[in-house]
Amino acid sequence: MEIRRHIIAAIMILVGLCMLGRLAYVQLFETSYQLSADSNSRRKVIQYPSRGLIYDRNGKLLVSNQPVYDIMIIPREVHEFDSLDFCNTVGIDMPTLRRLFKELRLNIRRRRASIYKPSVFIRQLSGERYAMLQEKLYKMEGFYAQRRTLRKYEYPAAAHVLGYVGEVNENIIKKDPYYISGDYIGISGIESSFEEQLRGKKGINYQMVDVLGRQKGSFRDGAYDTLAISGKDLTLSLDIDLQLYGEKLMAGKTGSIVAIRPETGEILCMVSAPSYDPSLLIGRDRSVNFPVLTTDPLKPLFNRAIQAWYPPGSTFKTINALIGLQEGVVTPDTKYPCSFGYTTGRFHMGCHGHMSPLNLRQSIQNSCNAYYAYEFRTILDNKKYNSVNDALESWKNYLVNFGLGYRLGVDIANENRGFVPNAAYYDKSLGKGWTSLGVVSLSIGQGELLLTPLQMANVAATIANKGWFYTPHAVHRIQDSEIDSLYTSKRYTGIDTAYFSVIQDGMEMAVWGTDGGTARGAQIPGIRICGKTGTAQNPHGRDHSIFMSFAPKEKPEIAISVYVENAGFGATWAAPIASLMVEKYLNGEIASNRKWMEDRILQTILNDQ
Amino acid sequence: MISNFNNSYTNSSTNNGVDWLTILLYALLVIFGWLNLYAANFNPETKVFFSVDAEYFKQLMWVVITTVLAGVVMMADSKMFVEFANILYVFSLLVLASTLVIGKEVNGAKAWLAFGSVQFQPVELAKISTALLVSRVMSRYGFKFTLRNYIKLFTILLIPIVLVLLQNDTGSALIFMVLILSMYREGLTSHILCLGAVALVGAIASLLIENWIVMATCLFIAVLVVSFYLYYIAQKKKVTFTVLVTVIPPAIAALTFYLLQKPVRLDLLVAIGAASLSVYLLYLAISKRIQYLTFVIMYLWMGLIISFATSYIFNNVLIEHQRTRINVLFGLEEDLLGAGYNVNQSLIAIGSGNLTGKGFLEGTQTKLNFVPKQSTDFIFCTVGEEWGFLGCTFLIALYIAFFLRIMHLAEKQHSVFSRVYGYCIVCIFFFHFAVNICMTIGLMPVIGIPLPFFSYGGSSFLGFSLMLFLFLRLDKDRQVLIR
Repeated sequence: MEIRRHIIAAIMILVGLCMLGRLAYVQLFETSYQLSADSNSRRKVIQYPSRGLIYDRNGKLLVSNQPVYDIMIIPREVHEFDSLDFCNTVGIDMPTLRRLFKELRLNIRRRRASIYKPSVFIRQLSGERYAMLQEKLYKMEGFYAQRRTLRKYEYPAAAHVLGYVGEVNENIIKKDPYYISGDYIGISGIESSFEEQLRGKKGINYQMVDVLGRQKGSFRDGAYDTLAISGKDLTLSLDIDLQLYGEKLMAGKTGSIVAIRPETGEILCMVSAPSYDPSLLIGRDRSVNFPVLTTDPLKPLFNRAIQAWYPPGSTFKTINALIGLQEGVVTPDTKYPCSFGYTTGRFHMGCHGHMSPLNLRQSIQNSCNAYYAYEFRTILDNKKYNSVNDALESWKNYLVNFGLGYRLGVDIANENRGFVPNAAYYDKSLGKGWTSLGVVSLSIGQGELLLTPLQMANVAATIANKGWFYTPHAVHRIQDSEIDSLYTSKRYTGIDTAYFSVIQDGMEMAVWGTDGGTARGAQIPGIRICGKTGTAQNPHGRDHSIFMSFAPKEKPEIAISVYVENAGFGATWAAPIASLMVEKYLNGEIASNRKWMEDRILQTILNDQ
Repeated sequence: MISNFNNSYTNSSTNNGVDWLTILLYALLVIFGWLNLYAANFNPETKVFFSVDAEYFKQLMWVVITTVLAGVVMMADSKMFVEFANILYVFSLLVLASTLVIGKEVNGAKAWLAFGSVQFQPVELAKISTALLVSRVMSRYGFKFTLRNYIKLFTILLIPIVLVLLQNDTGSALIFMVLILSMYREGLTSHILCLGAVALVGAIASLLIENWIVMATCLFIAVLVVSFYLYYIAQKKKVTFTVLVTVIPPAIAALTFYLLQKPVRLDLLVAIGAASLSVYLLYLAISKRIQYLTFVIMYLWMGLIISFATSYIFNNVLIEHQRTRINVLFGLEEDLLGAGYNVNQSLIAIGSGNLTGKGFLEGTQTKLNFVPKQSTDFIFCTVGEEWGFLGCTFLIALYIAFFLRIMHLAEKQHSVFSRVYGYCIVCIFFFHFAVNICMTIGLMPVIGIPLPFFSYGGSSFLGFSLMLFLFLRLDKDRQVLIR
């Protein structure tokens, strides 16, 4: 039996060696456990900075922050609690609570949640509800609250300019390591383009935490901690009262209003109709409202002011006139005849009845199609150029200088570039050997040419400035820092100032002309408003009603473009809307004798389908 | 010889007979254990030492109480232990049984008795008394491993096992089984150990692969062993016959299944083959008097039954969470947020200790409660995290030295009672040690039993210590025949 003693001893030693082998593997060779230990206990507690506030040009608060509370649950800790009381306080009913627990159980089974670790039970409880719940939380073991902040909108307006904030998705996290799951990011508008300034800088506290995430002292006494830096406040150039008024006027219509202060390039208002209340997209309401907005056939989420492409129609005649003058193919006194249109060979382009022949100023006053057919063809058939291709390229370069065909570079996310055709484009679509007649519809702003309402407003501002503009921008001031130099350097069109005076005269005559004028509906007593109507044919139904304007002529303070989709003549809808906007901005209110005009606009619904 | 005897006698009387080396090893374990318990509960935010509610403080009180009681034990008459073994056994069973009625449930096991604020686990008492009774039975004059004694010994083990199982305390039930190892020392047939090994390998294998494959492998090995044996004793014809006997009946059975268009059950075919082989071997064993073959039959059926039983129990008896634990252990399932959480966190804690550890009180994982039950079942994590591989090696070496020392003492005993008892307690300690650490480092499924002298818990600490001091008391009288 002596040997058995040694067998037993051998078994013990063998087991001991097995343990040591395993420990050697776990402690000496496998490094992943070390890493897990760090991420387990040394928690990076992120100090969220408050997002920057947004003000309008007059210092009115537009966007602020509101605290909400996520109710967290650690399933293992939960004991019996007064579920009815819980429901009442939180504001849900018993079946919902049951459903939440059922989902939680399912998630635990699917290993998406752990019974040991906190997971979100109820999202974004309002401050008031939380205040009530807070006093009862001590009785509800396993529950605790986590503070988060959401945006708060003071006005139900300017949704497209402001944009909205939402939780980051996987793609964003992959692209930018700053973000971690659960972070908020600006998704559109100013919130998106000024994300870096608004978000501030997260601070990091390295804390020792226990398994429940309870703080157990700081790591190395905070030697590695950084402070959170609040987001910068933004002051917009937007006038919220004008914005509200614009949205009111555009109610029931589809289209856009963009107003710019010519002197500075500041955007005074940017309406895209139909719009929505930005508060609809806050926090948990968003999951309900977002699908409704995306499926709306009128696309309320679409920012028409910078994303929609429209043919500019007759408003574009101003630019063609300027190019003709600069190229020297016409003078202000050049006259062309018009007999209800332009006819050459079998080609005919119609026009309405007005005096004939007429000079350049009168051509703008009366928006004569024939005049611009002649004028545009002389630009393209200019002997100065070897071919019509070269002439068109030269014409196109003028447009590019006006900020057309490319993104202007506005500080609101997701701007579109519009479309300006070049010679190569026509070589392809019309075949080589195309003539000026083949593209003559460009003369009146039809054809392939497409502009965004912002570009149109900028053209108005450029005319008001007589030849230059600042890149339009909505952010006027960033707390403690300069706005981008892009918005403080003038851009020139390369057309002489003198020629602009001619165009301004034409636009003034269009509104005020005693011998006729297409935009007489835009008159505002006491304000020398200049404007140009447009009625753009388009493949989507009735003509778009367009108006481009600035006022007052002697010292322009506002340049504006109005688009009303499928509404008919520019003079009917767009011109009075622009007129009201200008009056509102310059006078602060609408004169009582013009209320009928306001009422007519307000009471009309044009996009009822 | 005689002078030697006298010499050692005088020696032992001068140092009072107490084995100070064992006490030193014991003291080292207790001190190291307490330090780790302190570390596990150490809160970097509130560095308060004298908090009556703290586990380390309570444990310190138990150390004091234990020291007093150990002193009492050391002064007792060693003959008394033998005399009272019967009564103590019956008494402990009664207490154990009473737990079922008046016990308190902790972590799913109704294994605790509460006296005011003091809780006590009666199984600790049952361990001592069972060890004493086993020792008493085996130390009877002229004790032999007869069938009658087998039954007697196994009944002694079985009653507490059943009671403990009824309390839903599976871990503790296994401890009584380990006393078989001490019987082995006294001459229990080594087939028991070998069968145990076969059972273990078979059970693990049938969890990992389909059980008919395990069964077929058993059968194949049996045929191989028999064939070699028969070939060796030059009965070559019988080799062919053995193979035929094993293969033909399953083949016929398979054909029958096929003709009856019933699904073929492979495990049944293997069983048929094994049965027909067994019948043949039994015939050979009896007619030719080849006893060796009966052992082959025994091992073969052990393998088959274990394999079948394992998969049956696994699929039909075990509850889902137990199944998951086993699957997690064998890496068949990853479940880090559920059943695998404990072990994963425990491994993270130990793994982050590296070679030298993070240093005393510097551990983060155990201190911040990432490891559940860190001061009881998972106390070893703290050692791993704060003292590193070197600390673990030291502790394991310390334990093994402690075990070997007790075994060494046991071998020196004059009386069989003392020797058997020594082996009994060393087996109990060893089992606790092995299961607890292996579970902590992910070598065994999670079975909640404490690490002797280390884990927090008054009654287990007291139990283990008294168990040891009882032996040291017996050892003091090592020249005396105690019966």
